[in-house]
Amino acid sequence: MATRAESPSVTEVVRQSLSKRRFDFRSAAFEASLLLMLLASLAILVILLTDVVRSGAGVLTERGGDFIQGSLSSLAERAGVWQGIVGSFLMMAFVVLVAFPVGIGAAVYLEEYAPDNRIARLIDVNVRNLAGVPSVVYGLLGLFLFVEVLEPLTGGRSIISGGLTLSLLVLPLVIITSAEALRAVPDSIREAGYGVGATRWEVVRSHVLPSAAQGILTGTILSLSRALGETAPLLLVGAVTGFLSTGSQTLAEQLQGEYVSLPTIIYAWAKEPDTDFRALTFAAIIVLLAVILLANLAAIILRNRYERKW
Amino acid sequence: MSNAAGGLLLELEGSPARRRKERIVRGIFFALAAMSVVISATIVLALIQEAVQFVGAIGVGDLWQRGWFPRRGIFDVRTILVGTLVVTGIGMLVAAPLGLGAAVYLSEYARPRIRKLLKPILEIIAGIPSIVLGVFAFSWINPQIVDRFLCGDASFFNLGAAGVGVGVLVTPLVASIAEDAMRAVPMSLREGAYGLGARKRSTTVKIVFPAAISGIVAAVIVGMSRAIGETMVVALAGGATGGSLFSADYCQPGQTMTGAMAALAIGGDQVKGDVSAFQSLYFVGLVLFLLTLGLNVLSGRIVRRVRKKY
Repeated sequence: MATRAESPSVTEVVRQSLSKRRFDFRSAAFEASLLLMLLASLAILVILLTDVVRSGAGVLTERGGDFIQGSLSSLAERAGVWQGIVGSFLMMAFVVLVAFPVGIGAAVYLEEYAPDNRIARLIDVNVRNLAGVPSVVYGLLGLFLFVEVLEPLTGGRSIISGGLTLSLLVLPLVIITSAEALRAVPDSIREAGYGVGATRWEVVRSHVLPSAAQGILTGTILSLSRALGETAPLLLVGAVTGFLSTGSQTLAEQLQGEYVSLPTIIYAWAKEPDTDFRALTFAAIIVLLAVILLANLAAIILRNRYERKW
Repeated sequence: MSNAAGGLLLELEGSPARRRKERIVRGIFFALAAMSVVISATIVLALIQEAVQFVGAIGVGDLWQRGWFPRRGIFDVRTILVGTLVVTGIGMLVAAPLGLGAAVYLSEYARPRIRKLLKPILEIIAGIPSIVLGVFAFSWINPQIVDRFLCGDASFFNLGAAGVGVGVLVTPLVASIAEDAMRAVPMSLREGAYGLGARKRSTTVKIVFPAAISGIVAAVIVGMSRAIGETMVVALAGGATGGSLFSADYCQPGQTMTGAMAALAIGGDQVKGDVSAFQSLYFVGLVLFLLTLGLNVLSGRIVRRVRKKY
């Protein structure tokens, strides 16, 4: 009887082992190291932003509008990014006018029209593979197609060539994101349209596209900000890395003439051995990042807010 | 009787005008979708045509000399392949642990609110243009990480800094694909493990990770393919714009395939003069294209072959 009292009952042992919170060191270490890796990837953003702002904010506060509106110059104290802003803006116009309609149209075909046959599958696989092609290869495509073969139309190394190259570059991204948005529209919406005798195009135009508009918009904003930051393809299709004289030109002349973009200015300045250009490089990066991060943030917020539950 | 049925059928077909419009619209959408195939075909044709001319002009033996000096007509593919290998290797040493760790934490450990906060930040990092990371790679990563911990006496431009920069760039991509794969593992598997008394750590490592392995491997391969094709980080932080000897030293400047292309591209008009140097662009582009395409196709295969249907 005495021994029974010393050893606890089976019920007691089980209860203890279930309720006692032993600290499991290895599990805690595992979780902590995972968290560390996540925080390390996020910390890089913080370090990058502080590094950029610390090195570049001086130029922006000192020269402000003068830096934004100034032209390229060999003198660091006079150089500005205006020509790059104009060049980037014009090329974005090409992306909006070329890549968006073509991309959304292709997505509509793949999601709404395509029969389940070999051609449709080929297009689908092809788009996925195009999305993985490195951007510098698109630069080669632009160099071959727009700068050389289509030179009479594009004027060779021009904003037209650059804008079209960027359009091709983001086309797969536009197609994939738009197709996802269209896929998220439930079939009941389409069936309701067919039920009242609408043709496929009528259903797509009045029901599917409006329902998917939010998702498509998110994808297009992301594509635009991707195109805005691309540098390598523009170097290949002949963005100028030196100086650029733009006097009073007509739009047509400007479109067919020499050009720079915001990222190629950053590249040219970063390569400059003159240390005066260091601060300018970072100031230009602040301008570029401000536009791109705002666009991305807008897209993410838009997506999170309007993620529609059907 | 049969007449009445025929009339009814005709009525069901709708008006000829609407049907004609439907056919036209369908044709337009198909043409837009087919454009992506035309783009791929143009890329392949342009690359192959110019690359064949290049190899024909310099002879196959000349692709196997010491060093990559296009201006002097020395085209050693090994040199730039090794550079790419070094940069990609270092990049994946950074991106695989950081990306996968972040993915495991976000998918298995993070509470919904934390996840909702951290995931967009990761997406914002994914949106940082590579040109910005290129500047960051030589202005911060090189002195603070590569020079301090890895090399001791690193050159101002070196492959190590480029590699770490590429790794940072690829991390969000790896994290995002791997996280999607792990979140696709159904809850019932985790609950089964918990029911048997497994800890969270064992469930994560022994159940969720193996169940998602196809997606995780695909994430790493896609990351690798992106790292190989990354251009601006190497062009800015890798140095060796004029050319490079065969070397795998990551503390020294070096040339990757993409870096070589950027260097040739900025050469601009000088390159135009020397036909073979200009065409070497396309040859390197072809190698790059085939390499990344192969990796992307491989990752797609793995996902399809190993994917379990839950």
